[in-house]
Amino acid sequence: MAPSRHAAPSAEEHLRRNTVGINKETVSNVSSTDFPGHFPGEDHAFSIEHFQSAFSIQFHRNEANDASFSLIGIDASLANAFRRILIAEIPTLAIEDVFIENNTSVIQDEVLAHRLGLVPFNGGREGIHNFLKWYKKPAAGEDQYANSFDWNTVRLELNVTCTVNQDAAPTENDPLKAYHHAHVYARDIVFAPTGRQAEYFSGENAIRPVNPDILIAKLRPKQTINLAMHMHKGIGADHSKFSPVATASYRLLPLIHITRPILGADAEKFQKCFPEGVIGLEPVTREDVSKAGSGYEGHLGEVKAVVKDSMKDTVSREALRHAEFEGKVKLGRRRDHFIFSIESTGQWDSDELFLESVKHLKLKCKKLEQQVINMVQ
Amino acid sequence: MPGRTKTQDDASSHDADMQDVPPSAQEAIGQDAEMREDAEAEEEEEEEEIEAQRVRILPGSTDTAASFEFTDEGHTLGNALRYIIMKNPDVEFCAYSIPHPSEPKMNIRIQTYDGTAVNALKKGLSDLQDVCDVVAEKFWSERQSFNAEQGIER
Repeated sequence: MAPSRHAAPSAEEHLRRNTVGINKETVSNVSSTDFPGHFPGEDHAFSIEHFQSAFSIQFHRNEANDASFSLIGIDASLANAFRRILIAEIPTLAIEDVFIENNTSVIQDEVLAHRLGLVPFNGGREGIHNFLKWYKKPAAGEDQYANSFDWNTVRLELNVTCTVNQDAAPTENDPLKAYHHAHVYARDIVFAPTGRQAEYFSGENAIRPVNPDILIAKLRPKQTINLAMHMHKGIGADHSKFSPVATASYRLLPLIHITRPILGADAEKFQKCFPEGVIGLEPVTREDVSKAGSGYEGHLGEVKAVVKDSMKDTVSREALRHAEFEGKVKLGRRRDHFIFSIESTGQWDSDELFLESVKHLKLKCKKLEQQVINMVQ
Repeated sequence: MPGRTKTQDDASSHDADMQDVPPSAQEAIGQDAEMREDAEAEEEEEEEEIEAQRVRILPGSTDTAASFEFTDEGHTLGNALRYIIMKNPDVEFCAYSIPHPSEPKMNIRIQTYDGTAVNALKKGLSDLQDVCDVVAEKFWSERQSFNAEQGIER
């Protein structure tokens, strides 16, 4: 059926196919075309060897709460699957139930409970990722705590009462100085270990808010908040408080192609059309001038615009708005170059999160493969 | 194709028994840790067993042109699987759809030139696993070398 020998596209053609055009008012060439049968005589059948050789990763930044890297040579559908899993399917621990004993603050119970739920927590990784497991809600009619164990429920308490600071000057206007506990912060939440939790979450591994300075409520003297909380594991698809990332996003690598020379004052103006560091200014070299048809002939020593770092570009298309650059520049994006940016909320390291998302997709496929086999039987 | 509804019921009723285990916070000190670990290991095994059948072939399907319904899957898997199945030269057509946003269902349509649609689906799922292995492996090694280069220790 298929020809035994397959033609491979030239590097130039490959780049053209992998460039999404960004034009003045439109975008062009937006869909992937790497499918069998799309180009006559070319082989685009999936092969893991081919994928392995074409795929690469570049790291740009790797901090616990902020990682950035490029996935190169992968389709948007796969990159997007990883991104979606990062946001919605990787479990974290968050406050799920709030048992309010007393709340005389001006914040209503349900608002307070919601605010508490959104506070990100951290703790011993081994305990959070391996020891703690899913919690199953008891069925209707069952005891409320029937399913609560040390391996699926973490208990926290918050007991704060605002009092007058006797040492403060009578004319003191700052509530923080005039009263004790005028502000309730995340650091006031106390972790109450139960059962084997003491093994996993003690000392520096204690369950604690990622940011101790999150303001939860404001109080005035004699007002009090007295409550207990249960944390469970959950996923972002259920509630975004369970999402392990603040942001997980990707953008395609911007491409700037200067097709005809941009010189002198124009070059400086051209540079200002882009964020800092994207366009550089260099003198026209002897080599440029000697190249016939390059357009640099007779401009030796003048300033020319060159692309220094297109990754920093925001693709604002400002350059396309000016008549002097018309026909001199082409903007685009690499279809298969994804610059990922992952900011963790603290329960995982950002790079670990990505690995987890890959693992997650694999497990999903593995389970479904078995299901397909079961289905056919 | 109603698969194994019977066994599922058995599994879930067995699971209900587990709820009678008291929370360890209230456990007498006498119970040894080993037994608890055994119970945990058992649970993990069970988790895999009680997975309900989430894939079915929709009516009207033939060997070479079939629609599959996935429960509790969405665009995440749908689009990735569509892409990888379309990369199969035996496949004439592949598309996915989420018929209604408030139903947790995702449909995949596969039509083949050669071979069965079920086999194309199986190959898609296994190819996707291979891709994940390659991505994870490259990510791992690239991260290790980047961390070593930058002196990041974590």
